[in-house]
Parts: sequence; C-alpha cells; structure tokens
Amino acid sequence: MTSDLTRLLAREMAALVRAGETSSRALTEAHLAVAERQNLALNAWLMIDREGALSQADAADAILGEARRAGGAALEALHPLLGIPVGLKDLISVEGGQCTAGSRILAGYRAPYDAHIVERLRRVGAVLLGKTNMDEFAMGSSNEYSAYGPVSNPWDLDTVPGGSSGGSAAAVAAHHVPLALGTDTGGSIRQPAALCGIVGMKPTYGRVSRYGIVAFASSLDQIGPFARDARAAAALLHAIAGRDARDSTSAPVPVPDELLHLPESDDEAVAWLRGRRFGLPREYFVAGMDPDVERRIHESVAFLVDAGAHVEDVSLPHTDYGLAAYYIVAPAEASANLARYDGVRYGHSRRLEGGDFIADYLATRGEGFGAEVKRRIMLGTYALSAGYYDAFYLKAQKVRTLIKRDFDEIFASGIDALVAPTSPSVAFRFGEKTADPVAMYLADACTLPVNMAGLPGVSIPCGLSEGLPVGLQLIGSAWSELLLFRAARAFEGLTAGAAWRGLEPAALTKADHASGLTPAERAAALAAAR
Amino acid sequence: MAGLSRSDVEHVAHLARLGVTPAELDRLQGQLNHILEQYAKLAELDTAAIPPTAQTIELENILRDDIATPSLPRDAVLSNAPVRQGDFIVVPPILGGDAG
Repeated sequence: MTSDLTRLLAREMAALVRAGETSSRALTEAHLAVAERQNLALNAWLMIDREGALSQADAADAILGEARRAGGAALEALHPLLGIPVGLKDLISVEGGQCTAGSRILAGYRAPYDAHIVERLRRVGAVLLGKTNMDEFAMGSSNEYSAYGPVSNPWDLDTVPGGSSGGSAAAVAAHHVPLALGTDTGGSIRQPAALCGIVGMKPTYGRVSRYGIVAFASSLDQIGPFARDARAAAALLHAIAGRDARDSTSAPVPVPDELLHLPESDDEAVAWLRGRRFGLPREYFVAGMDPDVERRIHESVAFLVDAGAHVEDVSLPHTDYGLAAYYIVAPAEASANLARYDGVRYGHSRRLEGGDFIADYLATRGEGFGAEVKRRIMLGTYALSAGYYDAFYLKAQKVRTLIKRDFDEIFASGIDALVAPTSPSVAFRFGEKTADPVAMYLADACTLPVNMAGLPGVSIPCGLSEGLPVGLQLIGSAWSELLLFRAARAFEGLTAGAAWRGLEPAALTKADHASGLTPAERAAALAAAR
Repeated sequence: MAGLSRSDVEHVAHLARLGVTPAELDRLQGQLNHILEQYAKLAELDTAAIPPTAQTIELENILRDDIATPSLPRDAVLSNAPVRQGDFIVVPPILGGDAG
C-alpha cells in the first residue's frame, strides 16, 4: 500500500482509521499539506481551515478510539465518512465562516448558521477542510467568473476545470480531499467532474435539502457529491440526502442504505449490467462536438453491450430547445433570488452622500456583482418584465414541460438509464469561451436538460482525449440515484484494467512548485499571446 | 424578435437596480441581443395547449408542525449588517427628506 495517504480511496482511508493504522489527524494533515502546497498553482481553495479541520479530526479520533476499545459492533456502526476530509463549495453556509459564493458582494460575510448538509456532515464526523472556489453565484462553466480568480485544471494548468463547482472538482482530482460537495443548476457538478476526470452526481431535485445554500435558480439547484470513485460518491450522497423540514422542496422519499453497500467485487458489479436497458439519445451528440469525445462515449457503450446490457438508440426530440428555455428560466429565478443583495442587511454596501436609496442600490450592486452575474440578472429582469412574461418566461416553462415529457416517456418505456456525453469537449483553455457568453452556455448543452426535468445524472470518467479526461453521463428517472451508482460502479469494474485508470492528473508535479504561475497569471499570458 | 436598444438596456438595468458604466452598457447591449437571438428558437414550438412546469417533483401542501423554535441569535444575524445601531439595522431613508 502506498505511503501517501492522499492517494487512497475514501473507503481505504476509512478502513485504515478504523483499524487504528493511521489517525484522522494524520489523514487530515496529509491532505492539508497538499492543498496548501498546491493552492498557488490551482487556486482551488478560497479558504483552508487548518485549525478547524484538525480539531474535527481529533474529535473523530476520539470516537474511533472509543469504538476500537468497545470492539466489533461499535466499529461496524461507524459511518464511513467519520474522520474523512471533505471540501465544501463556498456557497455552503458553515456557522461563523465565510460564504462568498465566489462574489465580491459577499466578501466579509459570515454565515450565521450551518447549512443542513453541514449539520449532516458534522453528525457523521466528516472533517471540513475548507471552502472551494467557484464561478460567481454558480453562474459559469469554467470557474473563470469567480471574483477570486480562475482555477487551473490539474490535468493541464493552462485549461479550466469546468464550472461552476470548479474548485471542488480540481481539489478532488488533485488529491487535496477524497470528497467534496458542489451544486448543479445546469451542469455545475457533472461538467467539472467530467473535465477533471472524477465522479460527480446531481441528485434528483428535492433529494438534498438546500437550507443554508446560496440560491441561484431555486427550481433547478441541487447539491451533490464529488469523489474519485462511485462508492465514495454514493456514501457522501447517503450522508447528506433526505427530508429536511426547513426546505419545503426537500422530498420525504426514503434514502436507500444500499448506497453504502455498492459491490466490492468488480465481477459482481459488472454482472448487474446483464439485461439492463440503456438508451443512447441521439440529440446529445450535438453539432460541434469533439469527435474524439464522441469516440470515447461509443467505446464506453460497446463495453456496456459486451457486458450484456442492451443499448438502444432513443430520441429526446426537445433537447435542442433546452438551452434557450434554460437561459430564460435560470436567469429569471436568479434575478429574483439576487434581489436580496441590497447592501442594507448584509454583504457589500455603498451609501452615497445625498441619501438617495436607489442610487445606493445601483452603486452597491454595480460594484458587487461581476459581468456574468449582471448579464443573467439583466436577462432575467427583461424576461420577467411587463409585456414580455408570456413571450419568454411562460413560453420557457411550457417548453420545460415538453423536455420533461421526453424523459418521462423514455423511462416509462422501460429504459433503465440514458448514456450520453457529459460535455461536448474536454477541458478548454483559459479565455477560449469568455468573449462569447453563448459559447460558454453551450458547454452545458448536454447537462442542463436534466436539471430542467429535475432528474438525477452522474458523470463518470471514461477515458482520455489527447491527455485530458472525458466524462460519460448516466441519466436516470427521479429517485434512481442508487441505480445510477450501480451502473457507475459496474462501469468502473468494466474498465478497471484500462491504462487511463491508473493515471494521475498530468500537471500535479508542476502544481507542486511554489514558484510557479497562478491560474490568473496563466490566463493573462494566454490572453496576451492570443 | 426586435432587438434591445441602448436605452432599453439602460431601462432594464435600472429595473434590476444595477449600476452599469457606459462601457458596460455597450457590451451588454451586444451580448444580450446575441442571447435573445437564441431565444427565437422557442417560437418554432406550438405550446398553446401545453401547461407550464414550474416545479418538477410533485409535492403538495408541505406543512410543518406548529411548534415555536428558537430563532437565530440576534448578534449572529446583526453582525453582518453594514450599519448597525444597537439591536437595529440602519437602513437608508426611503421616504425622502420632505416626507420624512
């Protein structure tokens, strides 16, 4: 077994701390060291909470020690996340801590309470290592819209990690943490998971309570896990999922304990595939898609077929309308949600001489929000304004019905899950899509219909294209997260021997050099060369 | 679909209470019109008989027990206020000097 604790899978870490072969403190120290050393090069973290993490680790070690003394049953009863470091996207409230949502407007804000998912993580004894970088208010697909600088992809420091949960994805890929949480409104977990070569799931809308999460688009936002393997991601989902009275959209649907018991053996995992029915939606192979990405998806499908699964061509005819409908619904909800940033109760505040409160609002919000957030607030305000509501917002909600019906019909026909690309391309270079907002929006063409329909989707690594990771997306019917994780686990079993499985992100050695460039400097150099 | 003029963009910015510079206005006008062109695709679909979807999971009448629980500690909440006086948040006057 490798001596570097950060190279282990989450369940291997859990086994070691249970056996007393290492401690949560040692595990946490090891992860803190890598995160601190590489944050100059990656900028994945907006805050690393060394002190807090170590004291949580010590608390976990005390529980572990007691359970070891009590023996068998007490050890068995421990949660697999006890003592394991987790990263949190910086829009998740941790009492007394920062919660910037990647925005200047929340600089200096201190969360007065823990988010529901933070309470859950504390209950199982996870170690909260810090807060990860993100596109401002989760609006973006590259993390370049963070007010606190871009994040580098651990596979190539000149490329983006995806977004908006780019910091969480990069941190997990770079072994700064085995697990992290993000949010996904149009692809913000799945797309960065794909671009960083890890597992990322957006659960069914309503699966995880949004209490204590900075809101972007309330009918689309969902919280979900990042991990380097399906079992770890499933265990993290298990820890955070379930009904919470403080989010009335969180659903009273039981969370299956089988999420903690996905097959250990590759053979058993693969055997599950026999007779399963997968749909390959032809509309997801979009125009302008990277042909090599498309090849990886078709190779993955061939693996599934070889293992005894049926894969059928299917059609989701309204897919092409998803982008336009999404970019009405999401900005409309965002413009309403972001109206709360008024500089009066909390957040950045500008009070001008003269006592004109409208001028104060204009100045506060004009200074506090970045360009992409302003664009979305403008779009949403326009779409909801008098005379345009029917033409834009109502129309988009009706198209949303059609998109949802496409999925409903496919799953009603007996398809277990859909197989599709997560992203039409691999990680792109800094600055490649920032000049044209629509080019950036297209990065989520394969993920946002899933949010519009409220369904679960998971992105899993399925190989490389020119040295950069490709993500395979599995989409299921509502509440089918367990099925998606079984499929993801089976795919891991199928590809366990593939050469790319054993590769580390190519740029990690470079990221270790403290004298290297920051992602912002790399982005500036690329812009100058363009 | 008719495009947004510069003064349309200025009007929407004011509705949204967003202070924007003249340079930002120019940029926004071009970008917003480019995005609005994408919306035109939706007109291809006849949706007259289609009900709108605002919420994807069918939950109705979610009620909680009527039990009083403690609120957040006053200091924790007020500590984020940009201008505070004792247990109050100081807000800008909204009624104007004459009416106030």
